[in-house]
Amino acid sequence: MIVTLIDYGAGNVPSVARALTRLGAEVRTINQPEELTTATCLVLPGVGHYAALLNSLDSHGLRHPLLTAMSRGIPFLGICLGLQAIYQTSAEAPELAGLGLLHGHVDQLPQNVKRPHMGWNQLRRLRDGQLLRDIPSDAFFYFAHSYAAPADGPATAATCEHGRAFTAILETERIFGVQFHPEKSGAPGAKLLENFLRVAT
Amino acid sequence: MSLARRIIPCLDTDGSRVVKGVHFEGLRDAGDPVELAARYNDEGADELVVLDIAAARDNRPTFLDTIRRVAEQLSIPLSAGGGIRSLEDARAVVRAGADKVTLNTAAVDRPELIRELSREFGAQAVVLAIDAKRENDSWQVRVRGGRGATDWTALDWAQRGVEMGAGEILLTSVDRDGTQSGFDLAFTAKISRNIGVPVIASGGAKLPQHFFEVFTEGAADAALAASIFHDNVQSIRALKSFLQARGVEVRLPC
Repeated sequence: MIVTLIDYGAGNVPSVARALTRLGAEVRTINQPEELTTATCLVLPGVGHYAALLNSLDSHGLRHPLLTAMSRGIPFLGICLGLQAIYQTSAEAPELAGLGLLHGHVDQLPQNVKRPHMGWNQLRRLRDGQLLRDIPSDAFFYFAHSYAAPADGPATAATCEHGRAFTAILETERIFGVQFHPEKSGAPGAKLLENFLRVAT
Repeated sequence: MSLARRIIPCLDTDGSRVVKGVHFEGLRDAGDPVELAARYNDEGADELVVLDIAAARDNRPTFLDTIRRVAEQLSIPLSAGGGIRSLEDARAVVRAGADKVTLNTAAVDRPELIRELSREFGAQAVVLAIDAKRENDSWQVRVRGGRGATDWTALDWAQRGVEMGAGEILLTSVDRDGTQSGFDLAFTAKISRNIGVPVIASGGAKLPQHFFEVFTEGAADAALAASIFHDNVQSIRALKSFLQARGVEVRLPC
């Protein structure tokens, strides 16, 4: 299984690559548009600022080929900012357009809780999805973010709560996203990545 | 269902070996960082901190190699720091595999450094380490391994650091560090209740009761300790069970 990892310069690309390699995947790290045309499985990791991700996708000319690949049904997993980018806009950089594959606006977590939402938290499953298969319902995942997607979209498969509910996992047939960091989430995180690889095969 | 309180082992290194001392002095060898990292990853540590307390300029490549080898062992987050003075230093640490960068003295010398790192890596990747010593009714920030005095109170400096873009505060009581007499609860609570980012309490841990107190009375979001874990005085999993039995949310099973 060859996984194409989109490297826009985020810090966590090596750890995502390492986690996927441990599961037996062959990881190809890319940042050129032509390298997207042959991809059969896509992962977009992300940490940092929303604007850095979107600007980098645009400056490398990756936005259009990425959307084309996703519309062709190439399995896609967005991690953290990679999930947020799937929506239309984010309050972190209101002037920028997200990928816009899902309706909704990414917003800051409320002020009455500590931000970033940093550490290990549990999920509320809204439906049986692919990514959480064979993962115990009380499993913890590692989060590190101050912005989050709305909890109520049709693609939302699981939510988490920190000041308010937000989308922790989104799943459509071929498009997946996780707000937490599976590459930093111990055994449940590894299992989730394995589930994604299985769906993508 | 709520955010778990974190237990964080800390590896103080001289670049390549784990060392330990009392009040930042009298260092002795405490093991191989890569072996300890693998053990803590398996025992349920929620995160790992690796610091270069020697922070000698010519020793940088050794420390970066230690970060790389430690990161390979982990499926939990890694913070690294010690001697980070520039954006370029921080980039090297992140490229070596750290998820977060810990700043201390250099941020006091030049607070703008916090903003530079936060812009590049995001606030969630910038940990401001504050060492403070009690002086009468306030806690004064110390630098250079606890030896250098500053004009900052810990609370003012923490608030300034958060304004500049720090996403977390690693708060060490210089008075308690290495004494195993318990965390400074009043100090931790004062900072944690007055700033909007998570606080990691450090300095003085020995007993499970100390952790319970720092998560309740001390309002800490995470607690850090070194020697009690290295010396097998305290198992991480047993500590978490103790906390869970007393109603503190922790990541179990792990």
